[in-house]
Amino acid sequence: MYSHGSESLIKQARDIHESELQKFYSRLLKLLQVKDFGHEAVDLLQRLHLILTATKFTKRLPPELHNKIVSLISSPSEQFQLLGSAVLRETLPSSDQDMNYIQNHPYVKNSHGADLLLVQTSSTTSLSHFCAQLLRSLESRHSEALSHSQTHTLPMLSTILTHRPECLTEEHVTILSKKIVDWLRYASITQAVSPGGFFSGSRSRQPCPIAELDGSVSGDFFTVLCVGQGFTEDQWMNVHSFSILRNWLLTYHSVSNSNNTADTAARLQYSLSLSHSHSLPNDDRSVDGSVISMVSATSSSSRLLPPKERLREKSFQYCQRIIEQSDRKAQKRTDCDLQKACLVEAVCILDTLCLEDCSLVYRVFPCIKALYGRLSSDLSYARVLLPIAQFYLNHGEMAAVDCECMWQLVFSRFPSELFNDPLLAHEFLRFIRQNIQTLPSKVPQYTQSFPNLLKFLAWDSAALVDDFVDLLPSMVTTGTAVELLHTLLDLPCLSATLVLQQRSVLLPITEPSARGPQALDAFRNPTFRGLFLFLLRNEAGSGDTMDRLCVLHELLVESADWPRVVQCAQTVPVLLHIFFNTVIKVADEKLLSQLILVQLERSGLLLQVPNYMNEIHRVFSHHLLKLCKLHLSLVVDQSHELLDFAGTTANVFNKEELYTHVVWVLGEYLSLSCDSRCSVRHITSCFEALEAVLFEITSSAPPPGGMCPNPRVITTLMSALAKLASRSHDLIPRVSLFLSKLRTASRGGSVTWCSDDDDLIAIVTRGEELWSLLKTPGVAQSILTPPAHVTKPQWHRDTNVAPPLQLRTLTRLTQPQ
Amino acid sequence: MVRCFLIHTVCGLSALGPGDSRVLYSRVFGPDPPEQSQNQDPEQRRLLQKERLAVVARQVRSAVSLSRDASGRQLVEVVPGEEALALQEADAGVARLRAGQPFSGEMSALWLSILNLGFTLVCEPHDNLLLAEGTLRTLARLCVEHLHMLGQGSEVLLKSNRVDFMLSRLLPHGQLLFLNHKFAQSLEKEVALYMTK
Repeated sequence: MYSHGSESLIKQARDIHESELQKFYSRLLKLLQVKDFGHEAVDLLQRLHLILTATKFTKRLPPELHNKIVSLISSPSEQFQLLGSAVLRETLPSSDQDMNYIQNHPYVKNSHGADLLLVQTSSTTSLSHFCAQLLRSLESRHSEALSHSQTHTLPMLSTILTHRPECLTEEHVTILSKKIVDWLRYASITQAVSPGGFFSGSRSRQPCPIAELDGSVSGDFFTVLCVGQGFTEDQWMNVHSFSILRNWLLTYHSVSNSNNTADTAARLQYSLSLSHSHSLPNDDRSVDGSVISMVSATSSSSRLLPPKERLREKSFQYCQRIIEQSDRKAQKRTDCDLQKACLVEAVCILDTLCLEDCSLVYRVFPCIKALYGRLSSDLSYARVLLPIAQFYLNHGEMAAVDCECMWQLVFSRFPSELFNDPLLAHEFLRFIRQNIQTLPSKVPQYTQSFPNLLKFLAWDSAALVDDFVDLLPSMVTTGTAVELLHTLLDLPCLSATLVLQQRSVLLPITEPSARGPQALDAFRNPTFRGLFLFLLRNEAGSGDTMDRLCVLHELLVESADWPRVVQCAQTVPVLLHIFFNTVIKVADEKLLSQLILVQLERSGLLLQVPNYMNEIHRVFSHHLLKLCKLHLSLVVDQSHELLDFAGTTANVFNKEELYTHVVWVLGEYLSLSCDSRCSVRHITSCFEALEAVLFEITSSAPPPGGMCPNPRVITTLMSALAKLASRSHDLIPRVSLFLSKLRTASRGGSVTWCSDDDDLIAIVTRGEELWSLLKTPGVAQSILTPPAHVTKPQWHRDTNVAPPLQLRTLTRLTQPQ
Repeated sequence: MVRCFLIHTVCGLSALGPGDSRVLYSRVFGPDPPEQSQNQDPEQRRLLQKERLAVVARQVRSAVSLSRDASGRQLVEVVPGEEALALQEADAGVARLRAGQPFSGEMSALWLSILNLGFTLVCEPHDNLLLAEGTLRTLARLCVEHLHMLGQGSEVLLKSNRVDFMLSRLLPHGQLLFLNHKFAQSLEKEVALYMTK
C-alpha cells in the first residue's frame, strides 16, 4: 500500500541537498569503477534513479559518472543494462558520441540500450542506420547474444514504423515483409526439444508435434493458439509477427508506393487462378492444395505475388486458421480470454485486408459470416461481435449481404443487456463515434435507438458523458426530438430503474416490509410494471412520455441520493444544452412550440434529486430566451400556455428562474411588431394575469415558513406590465396607480413582502423610473417597445436612417463655415 | 502500441491535494510524435512528458473514485496472504482521453485499481483492448507479487528495475503480445528468476 514511508522517501529524494548529491555521485562512481559490481552498486543505482524521477526537472550527471553509466548498457548482466538505461532515460540525452557507442556495440543492438536509442534520438539518419543493422541481424543465421535477441527486433521495428516511418526504406519494408511471411506461415510445427531431462539417456528424443488449446494434436501450421512444452526461436517470432501484424498492415499501406505495373500483372494472374477455385470449403488445409492443382506451372502460385500481396495472402490464411482454432474449447481460462482477443484481432486484420484490396471481400465474407453465426447467440462474445459489425458496415454492401440481424443484435440486445460492462460500453460508443457519418444512412434503426443507447449513460454517467457529448447531435431528428427531450429529462429515473433491475436479480424476493426499500417492491409490483417497462424500452416511437410520471417519481423518491442517480443527474444539463443547440438548427416553428410546451409542462415534473430541478430550470430559461429571440412569433403562438404558467402564483416561489424568464419573454415579445396576430385582447389578458400575480405577492406577508418573493421577479413583473401598457395606452393608468401605491407603501419603512432594505430601494427605484416613463406614452412606447431595426447596427451608423446623424448633418450644412 | 504504463495512487493522501495522484512508476514507450517534439530542447520535452503523465494519473484517479462511488463498494484492508482475492476484486475500467488532453491523438486509458493503487495502460485507438486488459491484469499481478505492493514497503520505488524487466518481457517496446498460457508461463519463469537477484 502506498504508505507514509514511501511518501517520505520521495520527499527525501526530491529535497536532497546539492552537496549530499555530489557526495552520492562520487560514491557511486567509485563503486562502478571496481571490476565486479555488487549489491551495493545495484542499490545505489536504484537510489539514483529515484532521485532523478522524484522531480520533473532534469538533473545533469557529472560527465565521468555519465560515461560510466553509458558503458553499463553493454554490461553482460541484464540487471545493469536495465538500471543503466533507466537512469539515462531520466537524464538529458547523451550526445551523438554516446549514440554511436550504443549503436556500434554488438550486445546492444537488441536490448535495453536500443530502447534508449529509439526514445532519445531524433536524427533520421542514425535511426535509418540502426534499422539497417537490425535487419542485417535478422538475416544472419547465428546469434550468440541473449536468447531474446531476435524477438525484440520486431517490436522495435514496429515502433519505428509507427512513429518515424521515413526511417524505413522500401527495401527494408520488403525484406521485413518476406521474413514476416516466413515466420507466420512456416514456423516449426514441432515442440522445442528441451536440453536433456533427468531420464534422457543416450536415446535421442523424438520431437513431438505441437498441440491445440484443447489438447488435441495440431494438424496445421503453427499459430499463437498452439502450445508445446518449449518453444523454438521461430515459434517466438511467429507470436511476435502476429502481434505486430495489424499495425504493420495499417502503416505499410502508407509507407510503400502505389502499385507499379508488375505488381498489378502479378495480382491479376493470381486472382484469375483463384477464381477457378471460388467455392472453397472453409477448411484452410485444402486451400493451398486446390490452388496448386489448378495452376500446374509453379509449385505454389502465391510465389508469383509481389511481397505486399503475398503478405496479405498469408495473413488471410493465418486469420482463417485462428478463427477455426478459436472454436475449440480451451482447457485454461486465460486461453479462453486469449481466443477472444485473437478473434478480435483476426477480424480487424481481415477488415484491413479487405479495405486495401476489395477483391478479397468475396473470399473473406463467408468466413466472417460463419463466425457471426457461431457467436451471435452468446453475449459473452459481445466484444468480438463489434469488430464483426464494423466489417459488415464496411463491406456488407459490396458483398450484398443483409445486415438486419446484425444491427438488431448490436443496437437492441447489447445496450439493454450489457449496459453495465464498462469496457464494452467504451468500445461500443467508440464504434458509433468512428462511424457516425455512415451509420444513420446504413443502419436505419440508429436514430430510433436512443432510449436504448442512453442506458449506457444512465448506468455509468461519469465515464461516458464525454462520448455522449459527441454522439447526441446525431440522435436529434425532427421526428423524435420531443421524445428525446422527455427521455433526457427522465435519465435519472432510468438510472434508478437500472439499479433496481440489477438488485432485483441479486436480492431474493421477501415480504414487503415497512423498513425495506420501497422502490424495489414497487419495481417488482405488477401494477407499476408498465411504468418501468416504458423507461426500459429499446426503441423510440411508442409515445413521447408516460401519463403517470408523478406516480413514477414518487415511487423512486428514495433513489434521489443513490450515487449513480446523482451522477446521472449532474450530466443531464450538459446534454440538454447540446440538445437545444442542435435542435434549433433543424426544427421548424411547430416543433419549437412543442418544445416550449414540454419545458413548461416538465418544469414541475422532475425526479426530486437535490439541485436537479434548479439546474434544469436554468437550462430551460436560457434556451427559452434563445428560441423566442430567433422566432419572434413563438410567444404569440403559445401565449395561452405561457399565460397559464405566468398566472399561477405558486410558480413565483417554486419555479422562480423559469417564471422570471417567462414573464420577461411575454413582456418583450407579445407585441404587434413581433407578430401581426397579436391583438389588444392578447395584451389585455396578459396584463391582467400578470397584474393579479403582482398584487398578490406584494400585498401580504409570505406564509409562515415560506420565503419572500425574489426581488428580481417583482421588478421583472413591473417592467413587463409597463411594456404591455406602452402598447395599449388604456392600461397605463392602472400601472401608474400600482406604482404610486408601491411608493407610498414603502415610504412607511419596511414591507412584509421584502426582507432586505436594499432590495426594497432597488424595487422602488425601478418603479419610479417606469412611472415617470409612462407619463409620456409616446416616449414610453419607443423605449419599451422599440421597433426591430433599433437592434441593428446599421440604424445607428447610417446617416440616412438615424435621426441623430441626420440632425448633425443638417447642422453642419446650415452652420456658416 | 501502448503509449505508456503507469503505477500511481488513487486515493486521498494527506500530503497531496484532493484530486492529485502520486506517480510511483512510469514508463513511456516510443519517441514523441514529430509534431510534438519540434522546437523543444530535451529538458523541456522531458518536463512536458512528466506533466502529461501527471494529467493521465489525475484523470484516472477521478475516474476510479467516481466509479467506486457509483458502485458503492467499500474498500477493505488486505490481510497479507490474501493478495489473490484483492486482485480478483480489482475494479477495471477505461477512460477516454480526447485528442490534445494530454496526448496529441485520441487515446484510451485502461485502468485497474486495487485498493489505493492504480495501474494504467494508455493505448492507441487501434490497440486490441481485450488483449491489453489481459496484459494489464498479468502485470498488476506480477507487480503485486514480486514487489509486495499491498504491504507497507516501498519496493516499487526502490526496485523499479524489476518492473522494467517485467515490461521488457511482457510488453517489449510497448508491443502487446498474444501469449497463450505456455508462452506466458515461460516468460513468468524468467521474471521469477530475475527477481531472485
